[in-house]
Amino acid sequence: MSDTVSIMLFVVFPYVAFALAFVGGIVRWRLKPFSVSSLSSQLLESRKLFWGSVPFHWGILIILAGHLFTLFLPSTVAWWNGVPIRLYALEITGLALALWAGFGISVLLYRRITNPKIRVVTTPMDYVVLAVLLLQVLTGIWVAVMLRFGSFWAVGVAVPYMWSLITLRPEPELIQPFPLAIQAHIVMFWVFLAVFPFSRLVHIFTWPLGYVFKPWQKVVDIREPTRVG
Amino acid sequence: MKVRAQMSMMFHLDKCIGCHTCSVACKNIWTDRPGAEYMWWNNVETRPGTGYPTGWEDQDHYKGGWKSDGKGTIDLRLQSRTGALANLFFNPVLPQLEDYYDPYTHKYSDLFDAPPSEQQPTAMPISQITGEPIQISSGPNWDDDLGGSDIYASNDVSLADLDPGVREQMQEIERVVFNYLPRICNHCLNPTCIAACPSKAIYKRGEDGIVLVNEDKCRAWRMCVAACPYKKVYYNWSTGKSEKCILCFPRMEVGEAPACAHSCVGRIRYMGVLLYDADKIESAASVDEDELIGAQLDAILDPEDPIVIEAALHAGIGQDWLDVARRSPVYQFVKVWGIALPLHAEFRTMAMMFYVPPLSPVISTIENELVRLDIPDEPEDFALFDHLDRARLPVKYLANLFSVGNEELIRQILRKMYAVRIFKRHQSLNDGTINDAIRKMLDSANLDEAQAEAMYRLTTIPTIDERFVLPPYHREMSIEELNDPLAYKGKVGVGYIEEPKRGW
Repeated sequence: MSDTVSIMLFVVFPYVAFALAFVGGIVRWRLKPFSVSSLSSQLLESRKLFWGSVPFHWGILIILAGHLFTLFLPSTVAWWNGVPIRLYALEITGLALALWAGFGISVLLYRRITNPKIRVVTTPMDYVVLAVLLLQVLTGIWVAVMLRFGSFWAVGVAVPYMWSLITLRPEPELIQPFPLAIQAHIVMFWVFLAVFPFSRLVHIFTWPLGYVFKPWQKVVDIREPTRVG
Repeated sequence: MKVRAQMSMMFHLDKCIGCHTCSVACKNIWTDRPGAEYMWWNNVETRPGTGYPTGWEDQDHYKGGWKSDGKGTIDLRLQSRTGALANLFFNPVLPQLEDYYDPYTHKYSDLFDAPPSEQQPTAMPISQITGEPIQISSGPNWDDDLGGSDIYASNDVSLADLDPGVREQMQEIERVVFNYLPRICNHCLNPTCIAACPSKAIYKRGEDGIVLVNEDKCRAWRMCVAACPYKKVYYNWSTGKSEKCILCFPRMEVGEAPACAHSCVGRIRYMGVLLYDADKIESAASVDEDELIGAQLDAILDPEDPIVIEAALHAGIGQDWLDVARRSPVYQFVKVWGIALPLHAEFRTMAMMFYVPPLSPVISTIENELVRLDIPDEPEDFALFDHLDRARLPVKYLANLFSVGNEELIRQILRKMYAVRIFKRHQSLNDGTINDAIRKMLDSANLDEAQAEAMYRLTTIPTIDERFVLPPYHREMSIEELNDPLAYKGKVGVGYIEEPKRGW
């Protein structure tokens, strides 16, 4: 891989994708609030949604949590992996979750393609979202199976690269010599970020954690003055 | 005491003829859009029956409303707070489209485009979602007038604890009985839709108590649909937002009654302001089942009471609204005469739409191909007044619908209604005079002549201004402050901030 391509994929693209996700997400949330929705289709089809949505969401959320944990507490992960049996347990759990999530996405994709009612509420972007997520999970499984053990070497390679981006001192050379699977997995995440504000993925940021504390009832006495038109 | 005002509707079921004009008026104005085809914000059900969506009253199945732990605290039947977050990705008790019906239309263009042939062309039924041909298995009012089958009536959950003999009797064709139950959103005081919404998108309007969904905040988690025990929040599959009856607030704000009420052919609907004590909501919703109705009625305040008036003024309710509250026909029926009750108070949402239960004829039997009325041999007038258990619609059934199973409450109401009928009948047959027997009857129904006369007038010959006593919203003033009054001259409405189109 030439340096130019490397800089484009591992430096420029990440920043562009992040800027798109952040600015685009906020702009959409503020200016087009009606368009922000998880666009559930459970009313139209429920059975396959159960087998798709539940494995996908839980699988991907737990894996995402694992990735974030590694990013912020790499030394803890390194310590955990110091004992082989713990490393195996972690890797097997991660792989199982990835397969679970991959199964879920496949069911969702199949449901979207085959159910005539669901096709009516499907936009091209919905296919893009599912394809991006599927590729993300597949490259992840590829890394987990072929390049053992991800949680072991990531602490020394992927985590420093991510921190080099976060601290605005990008070091693409950290990732450049690595196998295609790893690079693809990382690039797919930037694609995911870039697609985020232009797809139904925006519903991630509306995850209603505040519900745990909200009072049962809500009475609005004065209408918020909004200038119409 | 925290006084708030509630726009409330009352349905006089004894007058409902089941014509569905209300449903059609509502559909034409609000739900004739993609994604809303299957929604009937106002629907009319044949009772006994399974209703719309099918079996909505069965909360063991749908998990709507509140449940009490028996110790004075209530919780959503649907979910715990953390459970809500866990069920975001798939809601196990969300009604399916089939529970309502698969919306369809007919391919009328085939009637014009068909080539010449021996047979008449037909307009095939097609799905309103996919546009493809569809095999219709149910539709709006599929069970209307019991739909030619006894399965709807026999599956009514409110019949569950009735005597098997009575249930069997109700299904015999000679004794079959039904009445109509129009339903809109109940704009509850303690709504489960608001409590269940993870996005805090649903709210109760302080000024008039209308429960609304802020569609800019709705994220399609669908908990409101599942949590509402009346199944009166609907999910728009096209826009990906929840929708519900808005009590036609744009009409009310310009002084017109909601479309369903305004179009009512039988003039069964009344609208008026009720004042209530918001501080009492929590305790009134948490009492034991047999005290629920009393606690709810207790939270509704007397607009003539000086203490209430002072507290209302303090709470920012204007003199003009108080004046309207004093003339409220709903207050008359609900509190003064006490003949209107909320539907299924055991859901503990404190529904604020009220129903006067319907009267029904006496049970008859067929003997030698002749109808014999099953009543004792005594003056005809008092037959039903004295023998309510001979009415075709079992008191227990009405009690299960309107009084949490309290049959005595229903009896009192039915006796009042019969008393007014008998009183007026005698009066008109005897040149305006009544005898002691009638006075005694009124007395035993807890009515005096003036009350009976007032009940008769408001029931039978009210003018439109007596049926709909709407408060002044002064919306023109608030609009003027924010908008140029001429900005939308000659246009329809004041435009969208954002077009209600599906997100991407």
